[in-house]
Amino acid sequence: MLLGLITVCCVLLITVYLVISGIPAIREIGLVNFLFGKEWASTASDPKYGILPFILTSVYGTAGAILIGVPVGFMTAVYLSKLAYPKVKSVMQFAVSLLAGIPSVVYGLVGMLVLVPGIRKIFNVPDGASLLAAIIVLAIMILPSIIKMSITALDAVPKEYEDASLALGATPIETYFKVSVPAAKSGIAAAVVLGVGRAIGEAMAVMMVAGNVPNMPDSLFQSVRFLTTAVSSEMAYSSGLQRQALFSIALVLFLFIMLINATLNFFLKREKE
Amino acid sequence: MKKMITIMIVAVLALSMLAGCGINKAVGSVATDGSTSMEKVIGALGEAFQNDTGISFTYNPTGSGSGIKAVQDGRCDIGLSSRDLKDEEKAAGLTGTVLAYDGIAIIVHPENPVSDLSVENIAKIYTGEITNWSELGGNDVEIVLIGREAGSGTRDGFESITDTEDACRYRQELTSTGDVITTVSQNPGAIGYASVASVKDTVKAVTVDGIAPAEATIKDGSYVVQRPFVLVTKSDAELSEAAQKFFDYITSADANEIIAAAGVVSAN
Repeated sequence: MLLGLITVCCVLLITVYLVISGIPAIREIGLVNFLFGKEWASTASDPKYGILPFILTSVYGTAGAILIGVPVGFMTAVYLSKLAYPKVKSVMQFAVSLLAGIPSVVYGLVGMLVLVPGIRKIFNVPDGASLLAAIIVLAIMILPSIIKMSITALDAVPKEYEDASLALGATPIETYFKVSVPAAKSGIAAAVVLGVGRAIGEAMAVMMVAGNVPNMPDSLFQSVRFLTTAVSSEMAYSSGLQRQALFSIALVLFLFIMLINATLNFFLKREKE
Repeated sequence: MKKMITIMIVAVLALSMLAGCGINKAVGSVATDGSTSMEKVIGALGEAFQNDTGISFTYNPTGSGSGIKAVQDGRCDIGLSSRDLKDEEKAAGLTGTVLAYDGIAIIVHPENPVSDLSVENIAKIYTGEITNWSELGGNDVEIVLIGREAGSGTRDGFESITDTEDACRYRQELTSTGDVITTVSQNPGAIGYASVASVKDTVKAVTVDGIAPAEATIKDGSYVVQRPFVLVTKSDAELSEAAQKFFDYITSADANEIIAAAGVVSAN
């Protein structure tokens, strides 16, 4: 009970702190200028605080990661839940858990040393640190949560449904995709939302591969800055309005994540009913 | 329960008496204020000084301009500036003493044939006027600009020396010297900047106007991509006893080792 209260207090404290420290800068800069300004130059003599590039980058980056990560993760989950031999399943599930346990800085480091030079060579661009590199790293990072949640959802489908389908003459594959998957769809949707949450909140790994220049993300090979990295890269030396603006960015990010959590709860509730 | 509370109170009292002893030993304190780039060197010096003498030391990272202002207003003992004092500041009764020089190396990939650049060309590269190494006698490779995040002392130093403030078109803004070096070592077209002391063999430091970055060339001023770390004091007023002690300590030869460990070249 007491420990629960501590958790609740932490959440409340963080929320209140973020709102209090995030509002002043937005007031001073103006909500529209802040959210839709296309230029960020926080230390220039004529500072500009527009975070549209960060918002778009976070949205594009997350969308890209979902686009790659969900099909791969979903197919893996169907295979592991329905088709794989028990031994293969246990080995692969172990590997997936291991993937979930790798610290994000390691993803970032591998991305920086392997992926970034790789992209530079394969696509013949001057520099590989780009939106694309961040998308690939994020896609791999969200795989474990998507696979695990989807497996749980698929495993929970009553066996009778599948037996009935098979008895009616459907092939196993037809059964899995036309009976099991629809029956588990809200659980799978929750997995996707969880993946979105993980991708949008990731800072360390993307900071190491995305290039961190506040450009508008108008190409996959553009060096970009995410909402999370915008906060973390400048926080150390910031002062005055710049610091307050960083808190405002954190507030925007917080609202995004709240929204995602609400969606997740919605799907989970529907699954229960 | 009561017994435990008593024991705890006794323990707290005993500890606070010990802490009291510590404070009594110190005579006065030293307050410094200014340049964020000097954080590493002044922090190391302050810590050593505090350990040796027991005099407490504070450092307020506000930036060179505010540090100079703070001395003038008497809000701190010693101001820290990572640029030379302007004439009007000297006229206002301030004295600058150079503590150390911060050399910034311009680094490229080791296989890059270009090994010398002029300051003018460096500025042109970073502002996007020169975009290909072939324009400088190198291979036909697009130049990739690597820099530090806004607010970084090294970035601030580099941009003020090359006069490219707010005009640099970075391809990547990284948050540590190590990241800059690693990234430059990975990309044949990359150019970056890093504190001279931290440059490793994985990258090549180019000569600037024919002068290689080294302790000697930084100290005599012939290597131009450098800036002084200046201690700012009032010319007419005397320092407090503690502040004078600190000043003597950090400008003595004993402090050289600490200054060098912080990656800059000592002036004394």
